Amino acid sequence: MKVRAQIGMVLNLDKCIGCHTCSITCKNVWTSREGVEYAWFNNVESKPGIGYPKEWENQEKWKGGWKRTEGGKLQPRIGGRHRVLANIFGNPDLPTIDEYYEPFDYDYEHLHKAPELNHQPTARPRSLISGQRMEKIEWGPNWEEILGTEFEKRRKDKNFDNIQAEIYGEFEKTFLMYVPRLCEHCLNPACVASCPSGAIYKREEDGIVLIDQDKCRGWRMCVSACPYKKIYYNWKSGKSEKCIFCYPRIEAGQPTICSETCVGRIRYLGVLLYDADRIEEAASAANEQDLYQAQLDIFLDPNDPEVRKAARAEGIPEAWLESAVNSPVYKMAMDWKVALPLHPEYRTLPMVWYVPPLSPIQNAASQGNIGMNGEIPDLKSLRIPLRYLANMLTAGDEKPVVQALERMLAMRAFMRARHVDKTEDLEVLEQVGLTRARVEEMYRIMALANYEDRFVIPTTHRAYAENAYDLKSSCGFSFGNGCSDGNNPVNLFGAKKPAVRQVIPVVQKED
Amino acid sequence: MSYFNTLLFGVYPYIALAVFVIGSLIRYDRDQYSWKTSSSQIFESRQLRIGSILFHIGVLAVLAGHFVGLLTPVEIWHALGVSASFKQGLAMAAGGIFGLVCFVGLTMLIHRRLTNPRVRANSSNMDIGILLLLYAQLILGLLSIFVSAGHMDGAEMIKMMTWAQSVVTLNAVQAAASMVDVHWIYKLHITLGMTLFVLFPFSRLVHIWSVPVRYVTRNYQVVRAR
Repeated sequence: MKVRAQIGMVLNLDKCIGCHTCSITCKNVWTSREGVEYAWFNNVESKPGIGYPKEWENQEKWKGGWKRTEGGKLQPRIGGRHRVLANIFGNPDLPTIDEYYEPFDYDYEHLHKAPELNHQPTARPRSLISGQRMEKIEWGPNWEEILGTEFEKRRKDKNFDNIQAEIYGEFEKTFLMYVPRLCEHCLNPACVASCPSGAIYKREEDGIVLIDQDKCRGWRMCVSACPYKKIYYNWKSGKSEKCIFCYPRIEAGQPTICSETCVGRIRYLGVLLYDADRIEEAASAANEQDLYQAQLDIFLDPNDPEVRKAARAEGIPEAWLESAVNSPVYKMAMDWKVALPLHPEYRTLPMVWYVPPLSPIQNAASQGNIGMNGEIPDLKSLRIPLRYLANMLTAGDEKPVVQALERMLAMRAFMRARHVDKTEDLEVLEQVGLTRARVEEMYRIMALANYEDRFVIPTTHRAYAENAYDLKSSCGFSFGNGCSDGNNPVNLFGAKKPAVRQVIPVVQKED
Repeated sequence: MSYFNTLLFGVYPYIALAVFVIGSLIRYDRDQYSWKTSSSQIFESRQLRIGSILFHIGVLAVLAGHFVGLLTPVEIWHALGVSASFKQGLAMAAGGIFGLVCFVGLTMLIHRRLTNPRVRANSSNMDIGILLLLYAQLILGLLSIFVSAGHMDGAEMIKMMTWAQSVVTLNAVQAAASMVDVHWIYKLHITLGMTLFVLFPFSRLVHIWSVPVRYVTRNYQVVRAR
């Protein structure tokens, strides 16, 4: 047993209102730079839809993730080492910018420089790549917002596999859910495996997957290999970039910016302990539907004295073990089984998990008799098809989704009975295998969701690992290459160019 | 032996090699963030794939041919029983075929770089300059095949082998002397070739140093401890 710790995330989709605050704060902090305007380390997708980039879930098209060979070995779907090198002169599976969208800005200046006209002046869009006029914007980062575009196009959503999807195009049957997405910081990352330069790595101490900007050579294989399409090629710097899980914040014990600013309080961060020796075994489970359970099986119980002993032997600090005990992520994923991994069938063992959303009982069902299963309505009458959620979260296995949704419904029923009817409805808890103490904790963490319950993040004690005196007056966070951005048209070797500051001239009036 | 000849074929090779090696080292050490392939595939993929694959296959084969052909001592060829005229014929045939493959690819890449508005807008002068210089160098090389066809005895080729081998054995006088009376097209080709070495550290060509050979034997997963 080789114990490793990782900061994992859970997103409670039941509470996501699709406000995009996470995406915007993330963009403002990390990707408001030339070359990555098109890149959203965090984006929120309206489902059903093909998403961003287009059809990212279709791995027959994009070849992301791993595949299990005949011999039971794992190999990146884009191909093994030799195949990757054979394609190094031109990646056959690379999405072009149009699959994301062409970044643009508007000619705002025209609004205050236009001469007097018969019509209001307008600010027309201009491509940020070619600088040319864009007559029509055809696609954007969130083009399908709240079921935008016709159903025929959104029908290509891979989560519709094995579903008679046509009826969900009808107005009465339509459904909507939001899926905020970011890098999954996988236990078995396909991006790391496909990087010819060895520039992508997983940090041992907290599991964050990063790209060494100095070592990246821009071979672009990671962009294809990541099944979540969460690695972006910076077309300006010529390097790949990805979500860094706000590691400077995590190290200081603070939540990522997307989690911190989430107005719906849907995000949770906490420590998970896992057995690094069994990653390969878990990721190569023969049946795709066993991958969810296989991943659960390598998570370790932080209360187990054996695990704690092994963790200490690996040098995991005491504060991390304490955080693991209180981890909301461990509770939701392991204790209550309400959080599920996103597309476990990609075999990357993702570490950003999702609580499936409840949805209204369908009209037809509510008018007649709603199918009831004891005190809980029949989940088949939920507006979002179970199969759809299962295709997204459990490789098509509906049982874990049903269990998660039933437990959330039971929690609601129990708390409603307590607060409205003033009774303790233990029957409903029994039906879904919960105890009163457990459901009270679920209620505290999932419904009330106080800050200190959502984010249980130990600090990384960097001060002990690094010499603070050496860091004095240095550049702080930079994109590789020390203080230089390496992108200078004047200096031969790209020394730092002077910052351009827009200063409003101060005019002193003389009397 | 003119002053100019000595400068170009006795001195310039060392200037070029020094800039090539030291420049690469300094850039790797001081500005590794700028060390990259500088791919524009995200803007346009189809033309790039065909052009780039043809270009790279062609240019790698041609470079390998130059390396082996110029630097293998004549004695080894003798020992192997390869006559100079046969070797010259082989070089012309192989160089011609791969040169043409490279030519097709490079033509596509240049067309793409100059006409695709997205790629054009994000090309530095050096990107375009290097492509055009490579194109010129390739065309000179292909044209030299016709000159070579005029004298199949391999004598000219031996002169240039002597030059290359003298350069790497630090015999500048002999290097310059061996180039005195070769055809001007070879002189031009060699001068431009050395110039490409000079430009190497300042351009995207540095990615050649980064051929990911270690990837073949590396573990798939990389974990870094603090």
